[in-house]
Amino acid sequence: MTVKYQEKPLKIVGTRPLRPDGVDKVTGRARYAADYNLPGQLIGKVLRSPHAHARIKSIDTSKAAALPGVKALVTRDDFADMPVEYAASGELTINFRDVTRNMMAREKVFYDGHPVAAVAATSASIAREALKLIKVEYEVLPHVIDVLEAMKPDAPLLHEHQFTDGVTPKPDKPSNVAKRMVFALGSLEEGFKQADLVIEREFNTKPVHQGYIEPQACVASYTEDGQVELWTGTQGHFVFRAQLAKVLQMDVSKIRVTATELGGGFGGKNNIYNEPLAIALSRKSHRPVKMVMTREEVFRATGPTSGANVKIKMGCTRDGRITAADAELNFQAGAFAGSSVGMASMCTFTRYDLDNVRVVGNDVTVNRPKVAAYRAPGAPIAVFGVESVIDEMARKLGIDPIDFRLKNAAKEGTQTYYGPTLGPIGFVETLNRAKAHPNYRLPLGPDQGRGIATGFWFNIGKETSSTVHVNEDGTVTLIIGIVDVAGGTRATMAMMVAEEFGIDYDKVRPVVGDTSALGFNFITAGSRGTFAGGMAAVLAARDAMEKLCRRVARIRDVPPEAVAWKDGRAQPAEGSGTQFKPMSLEEIAREAGRTGGTISGHSEINAEGAGPGFGTHIADVEVDRETGSIKILRYTIVQDVGKAIHPAYVEGQFEGGAVQGIGWALNEEYVYGADGVLQNPGFLDYRVPVASDVPFIDSVIVEVPNPNHPYGVRGCGEVPIIAPMAAISNAVENAIGVRLREQPMSPPRVLKAIEAAALATTQD
Amino acid sequence: MLASHRLSLAWIGRGVEIERKFVPCTIKKGSEMIEMRYEAPRTLKAAVALLAAANGRAKVLAGGTDLLIQMRSGRIDPELLIDVKCIPELRTIAEEKGGYRFGAAVSAMELVEHEGLARMWPGVIDAVKLIGSIQVKGRATVGGNLCNASPAADSVPALVAAGALARIIGPGGRREVPVEEIPAGPGLTSLRAGEMVVSILLPKRPQRSGDAYLRFTPRTEMDIAVVGAGVNLTLNAKGVCSRARVSLGAVAERVLLLPDAAAALIGQRVDAAALERLAAAASAACRPIDDKRGTKEYRIKVAGVMARRAAQIAVKRAKGEV
Ligand SMILES: Cc1cc2nc3c(=O)[nH]c(=O)nc-3n(C[C@H](O)[C@H](O)[C@H](O)COP(=O)(O)OP(=O)(O)OC[C@H]3O[C@@H](n4cnc5c(N)ncnc54)[C@H](O)[C@@H]3O)c2cc1C
Repeated sequence: MTVKYQEKPLKIVGTRPLRPDGVDKVTGRARYAADYNLPGQLIGKVLRSPHAHARIKSIDTSKAAALPGVKALVTRDDFADMPVEYAASGELTINFRDVTRNMMAREKVFYDGHPVAAVAATSASIAREALKLIKVEYEVLPHVIDVLEAMKPDAPLLHEHQFTDGVTPKPDKPSNVAKRMVFALGSLEEGFKQADLVIEREFNTKPVHQGYIEPQACVASYTEDGQVELWTGTQGHFVFRAQLAKVLQMDVSKIRVTATELGGGFGGKNNIYNEPLAIALSRKSHRPVKMVMTREEVFRATGPTSGANVKIKMGCTRDGRITAADAELNFQAGAFAGSSVGMASMCTFTRYDLDNVRVVGNDVTVNRPKVAAYRAPGAPIAVFGVESVIDEMARKLGIDPIDFRLKNAAKEGTQTYYGPTLGPIGFVETLNRAKAHPNYRLPLGPDQGRGIATGFWFNIGKETSSTVHVNEDGTVTLIIGIVDVAGGTRATMAMMVAEEFGIDYDKVRPVVGDTSALGFNFITAGSRGTFAGGMAAVLAARDAMEKLCRRVARIRDVPPEAVAWKDGRAQPAEGSGTQFKPMSLEEIAREAGRTGGTISGHSEINAEGAGPGFGTHIADVEVDRETGSIKILRYTIVQDVGKAIHPAYVEGQFEGGAVQGIGWALNEEYVYGADGVLQNPGFLDYRVPVASDVPFIDSVIVEVPNPNHPYGVRGCGEVPIIAPMAAISNAVENAIGVRLREQPMSPPRVLKAIEAAALATTQD
Repeated sequence: MLASHRLSLAWIGRGVEIERKFVPCTIKKGSEMIEMRYEAPRTLKAAVALLAAANGRAKVLAGGTDLLIQMRSGRIDPELLIDVKCIPELRTIAEEKGGYRFGAAVSAMELVEHEGLARMWPGVIDAVKLIGSIQVKGRATVGGNLCNASPAADSVPALVAAGALARIIGPGGRREVPVEEIPAGPGLTSLRAGEMVVSILLPKRPQRSGDAYLRFTPRTEMDIAVVGAGVNLTLNAKGVCSRARVSLGAVAERVLLLPDAAAALIGQRVDAAALERLAAAASAACRPIDDKRGTKEYRIKVAGVMARRAAQIAVKRAKGEV
């Protein structure tokens, strides 16, 4: 379902009102999952594997069970095995056979931190004591952490049943390469023949964590009649419900999930971890069970995005027209198959209008936590390689980097190599606006440099439900099923609904309903919140307005088609020739009970027609040649968002994405010991940027409306993280003449590259 | 906007005690009902008695910004916590023989806001300023930074370069030792059973003296030193360096005092050549490890760079240029 864009004068959309969740957050009143407590609740804790790879020979919980205060214990024996069955979870696909093994190890443990048992006790310290009393006998196996190592034929094998999918003939030996995929258009051979310049390079990136401030937490209550209530921090409570019903073999109707305020997710809260354990412990103990992860658990056991090896080969003519583009993406999936390599493959070159393309993607299992989605899953990794090569081409040919991209830019009608033809998009506009931005012309000092890079993301729609209740005083309650992942979703939904009704923003109270309040809603992912959620909310409002008009027709005794909704009132429809006294929303609401009952509007849709988003970034850096430290001086983001419903929250998405990209580029990195154990599971040594690491970021919003949304919205939350790694790396090259093809560009790595380059020049 | 933000945070850091109750109590730990005692003695004598009687199972609690984290992670499991923040000798800053003596439990923020100290020992205060955030500094103490014995502790190289003396009390009475003698290795001190640090003396200094501390961290804040370098020097009337002390943190199992690096400065005008010799001597003195925070190779290189840059600041301060 799509709703066509209609240009109209706007009163509320495009302004910057306060978000309804803001005051509670700044006064500390907002309730996150860990703030929920139930009478009689127990505390649940998880015993985790200390090994990167081992067979579980036995688990003895008897001593722990005998400890006073311990009320329940669960292991693999408490959960059903699951057959292979796929489902969408956010932008990635999950397999229930693996889901059940990831939440609780069965035959083997696959990473340091893999859950092996869980216990519920009357206090956290008793639960921790109990974990120490559980005896697990392991047969330690050789492990593999690095993606290229894992692809070697003699690498330690994680899954004996895993044969590479997507190659013919079907291999006869199992492999860590779960899947190989190929996307192609035209002829590479032809393309490279036409090229005057061919550049081939290899890049490596490290896995990074979503780094949400709030560790996963949940409280579960399983009642004696088999009903579950769950409060949890999630990006999709309906999807969690579906997954829980599956792994716990329960009816969907018996599980009710409340999505609490969310302290960040970025794709990392698309998957269940402790929830099934808490429910199973509650079922066994007959008490509510609360589980809160520590930061260490978050790092050891929840999904980072893939680390990867990327090979890019591109050819272009002397005047800068790209003739061929070839990529190989090797992505770590973590312990189980299903990385974002497919998404990344489709994003690799989709900013350019190309005739000859091939992208090969490999999905590779390694002994690390199973990857999860992370903001534009996979795209930044592939784009880092491509935009670096394009930068090098432009420099070699003496063409301005923005002009080079303009020469090749995708436009409406461009045929993508993964299938669709692009509709109206604003990529060229972002390049032109970036070129005109003062940042592009500011003079640079010694050891300072400027880099350009671009990004593309599909954005998605999917199942969405919404309800609008007209209250008895004429105010409106808006129930949405899209989890507000703290991006301001409630505000933007309320703004669109207020605009539709023609009433004030503060007359609409938006609430995220629990899973019993609405029909199914897909997860908040793919930048679909404002697009799909907005479309559903608008349709629910229009449904209510239609009912309001019909009600007024009855009250005023005029034909229904003689009534139209305008400026917050039911009025005589233009050209109907009928006259009657208009009724305001408040007047209708006050009489609603006596004139036919309460009026509500609904919409249950599968939103389609999400508009792709494009962005262009400018990064200015300064490099300390003696320490290898990179300082980001300033940063500019230009992005097409279709329509900024609430420009401040769009800017928030731009800045947030760029900051996460800066962290990826500069210092974020998992450090594993030779034993496969994670050495830096905390924010002290896993270095996300702090405020003083981040420069002033200028946001330039471009609005090329999406024809398939009532207000022209495209998603905007993911594109901003795609370009930073490449933009910063290009800027470093511009500053000191050294190109970093490995991320993060941490000071030791940069210093080494500077020294290697100096050595190379003296040897020349 | 920024200024007022800073101001309100500084208030938090002022060591203001908001209805804090120092009540001795026992806390039940785990299922076996092992009890942990908390005591907050008001005199040195009482503190020493508690410490001596505990047979090594007690821990001194100052700001707790290291201790509580170690307890939470399960690394230590003390039976008795002796909170020393109610003992006046550990909480005062006073002039002494032209220098300053400050209590081991004075908060970092109280030191940062002490104008006299900041004027006389700007390098030490630079180092104290680097400890954590403003909020952390409101709790953290220099005594804790020293006795936690992390090789990467920020205030320690600056104190060592300054020639600071620590006053120690224990069952055997009081003694006074140079600060560099206290850390013995990661998490280990040379303090004897039942001893604790009472206060630290930053001595009087000659005219034309300057000190500086610089650390290298990958992040600009909230990070732990990959290398820290302290330099304290005095110039004679002709601008020649007459005295110098150089120290390094995070490049060995404990903070190092580097006589060879100091010798590269003494008798020199601290020109480019002298600074290069200083850097080389600093790098040569490193015996770091490879770990998640930095490689050996990297630490050795950057140690020289930090020492050189710190010396340049110290010279400027000695000349009164900053
Ligand atoms: C978020 C964060 C950031 C940090 N950043 C930094 C940083 O940038 N640089 C840095 O150097 N440190 C940093 N730290 C570590 C810590 O804050 C400092 O080491 C601080 O100075 C410790 O002081 P404290 O008073 O909190 O010590 P406590 O935790 O109270 O004590 C530390 C140790 O010293 C012992 N002790 C304390 N006082 C005495 C005494 N008088 N006599 C004998 N033993 C004693 C205690 O028993 C304990 O073993 C950080 C900590 C946190 C939590």
